[in-house]
Amino acid sequence: MTGRQIITEAQNTWCPGCGNFSIQFTLKGILEGMEKEGKSLDDVVLVTGIGCHGKMADYLNINTFYSLHGRAVPVATAIKLANPDLTVICCSGDGDSYAEGLDHLIFAAKRNVDITVIIHNNRVYGLTTGQYTPTSPLGFHGKSTPAGTTEYPFNPIELMLASGATYVARGYTRKMDQLKHLIAGGIAHKGFAFIDVLQICATFFPAADYYTPRVYDLPEEEHDNFEAACIKAREWDYNSDAKIALGTFYTRVLPTFEKRMAGRPVTIEEREKAVGEFLAART
Amino acid sequence: MKELSVLIGGKAGDGINNAGAMVAQLLNHLGYRIYLYFDYPSLIRGGHNFAIIRGAENPVGTHENHVDFVLALNKETIDRHREKYSKETVIIFDADQVKIPGNGVAVKAILSDEHAPEIMGNSAMIGAFAKATGMEWPLVEQVFRAHMPKGIDQNLNVARRAYDQMRQIRTIERCDNHPLALLTGNEAIGLGMVNGGLETYVSYPMTPSSSLLHFLAEQKEKFGIMVVHPENEIGVVLMALGFAYAGRRTAVGTSGGGFCLMTEGLSFAGMAELPLVLVISQRTGPSTGLPTYTGQTELHFVLNAGQGEFPRLIVAPGDATEALYWSAVATNMAWKFQVPAFILADKTLSEGTYSVDATALPNVPRYDSPLWDGNGTYRRYADTPSGVSPLAFPGQTGAIVKADSYLHDEAGITTEEANLAEVMAKKRLRKGEALARETEGYGGVIVSGIPDADTALLCWGSTKGACDEAGGRLGIRVIRLVVLSPFPKEGLKNALSGVTRLIVVEENATGQLASLAERYGIIAHRKILRFDGRPFTPGDLLVRVKEAMA
Repeated sequence: MTGRQIITEAQNTWCPGCGNFSIQFTLKGILEGMEKEGKSLDDVVLVTGIGCHGKMADYLNINTFYSLHGRAVPVATAIKLANPDLTVICCSGDGDSYAEGLDHLIFAAKRNVDITVIIHNNRVYGLTTGQYTPTSPLGFHGKSTPAGTTEYPFNPIELMLASGATYVARGYTRKMDQLKHLIAGGIAHKGFAFIDVLQICATFFPAADYYTPRVYDLPEEEHDNFEAACIKAREWDYNSDAKIALGTFYTRVLPTFEKRMAGRPVTIEEREKAVGEFLAART
Repeated sequence: MKELSVLIGGKAGDGINNAGAMVAQLLNHLGYRIYLYFDYPSLIRGGHNFAIIRGAENPVGTHENHVDFVLALNKETIDRHREKYSKETVIIFDADQVKIPGNGVAVKAILSDEHAPEIMGNSAMIGAFAKATGMEWPLVEQVFRAHMPKGIDQNLNVARRAYDQMRQIRTIERCDNHPLALLTGNEAIGLGMVNGGLETYVSYPMTPSSSLLHFLAEQKEKFGIMVVHPENEIGVVLMALGFAYAGRRTAVGTSGGGFCLMTEGLSFAGMAELPLVLVISQRTGPSTGLPTYTGQTELHFVLNAGQGEFPRLIVAPGDATEALYWSAVATNMAWKFQVPAFILADKTLSEGTYSVDATALPNVPRYDSPLWDGNGTYRRYADTPSGVSPLAFPGQTGAIVKADSYLHDEAGITTEEANLAEVMAKKRLRKGEALARETEGYGGVIVSGIPDADTALLCWGSTKGACDEAGGRLGIRVIRLVVLSPFPKEGLKNALSGVTRLIVVEENATGQLASLAERYGIIAHRKILRFDGRPFTPGDLLVRVKEAMA
């Protein structure tokens, strides 16, 4: 199907000023670009979890799988294994994939499955009206922690590097050209691509005044040095006051999970024969 | 009826399961129908393992209390099972481990002469057994060549030495049957699902389901299936849903504990109408419980698991032959009606070995899921009279396929409309009605024993063997449910016609089938329950049923 309307008729319910609009606009631009290059959007699947980010599944007029909270990544992994010709993009939240579904995220990176995971990291639970997440700063006053959190955030960039992700990047919803470049780079990357997007939550964590003066761009080249990437990843730990690097931390091309898992197709006749042979071997 | 039982026992790590399988094949080739029970604790080395191989002229579905032959790799085997012996029981033992007079085999010397590893000691026991029972050597050689996984020649040499040293003690007569395939329940489930069109199997190891994972992983190239072992059972079920969405017929396998983690995914399958096959092999719970022992405690769990209301198929095969057939049926039904389909097994079925005559089974229709015809705009949840919406998969030209865990409209877009909530709930329930009509035709209520007797046993699952035998010997009716959901109320009411005394037999402490039947107005007069992790034998059951009938 070509020339489709990329945005559905579903009523948009994100708050005014929500960073999700920037991510949606970015994805729309990328999808339009794919069509222009002659790629059928029938071959694109978006998988989302539950949270404000998840509404993307209703808003984009493409194949979508609106999964459970924390469970976008295993679904995306399976879709890619089932049909490696599909382009599988996974939108997930920080509560979604850093808390509820962290195990799946780490394993997807470990497996180097060729999916692109975009984390809408607003560092707060929005849809459940404002509790801390794994990336909220120490002392964050959320509804479940009115006196402030008593635990440090973790650093998802460092975590993904340690887990084996082969494309690790960080974007910011107030820098949309760069964001588009990073997500498009992730989709083009053959392997597990991870993009942590510092997303503004206009209602519960409007952190633009914190991010904007601190962000700077990483150089465009030389992303294959793992040690250097780790050092750069630790520059800002999502808690202390430091410069915040945006761009690609690390890329490396390694064999993908779906390639390693691929088997030879077998006809119905062949499998019936195989069942018969097995029964004979047990007689 | 010609019948005999052989017990082989030793330490974990002695290869008892494999040795049991070889004895079973010897008897199979003498024309016996087989059931092999394997009993082992949850450890890798040490502890007592034993297998009981029962062979009979007619099919048997369970082991008995009495054994005719004992192959003891250690003294514990002899001591532990004394209640199973009679005067006629022939005990053959490893003379290095057991210092008693009798039929000892000089295992250590034989292994030393053949420079064979300790694990081959059980081949010496099998060779001795073959001679003691009057088997011809060529039969032993034939069975070893066909069924010994490795080291065939060396194992044969070991067996031959013991064969030559042993004397003939008690001859096993041939039966007038052809040999049949010997399958564990899990193998039969795997083959059945493959026959039903399975393309992907996703599982995290958990006894007693793990051997199904191992079997399909070993055979995946031949069957052309993908086998995935993810990070945990939540990953398992969500991956399965992703595979189903992309058009792959997929099953998951676990036991009760792993299924606990799958319930959110199960409910999602119900809401998003994603076909899903679940093999749940029960073990003794609650919690970690007795990992390597049996039970029938998850009937209500699988019936009620998952939030919200949605239809599901539950089948509980009674033996490997039924597992082969019903696993194919379940796989097909999951796709035909886009519902979760459970194959509810237990340790007894999963890890027991049975004679299976695959040629006697009816063909199972497959690949009959309704597909989108490509006309107009695709709506994943199109509301149809049967409730079943045509399927399209991502990548298909012109289809935008939207699966959704929220309440959704026909296109798969989230909604909170009260009207749609009701319309879609009714759509899902109509699928359940269509499924119920379909399954009624599959004969999911089985009557055996004496069909017009006024006393009946009511049972389900792997107690088939014990119930059928006890019922036959007592001259009573045996009614067994293979389909447990949608509940076959018409079929059961017909089967109960003329019954004045109903006795439920279950391997749980509360009578789960009894309370399910009660919901449909069917009242059991007595419950015979066993919940020590061990399966009923016909002998045990006979005593309990007589008590219940007194």
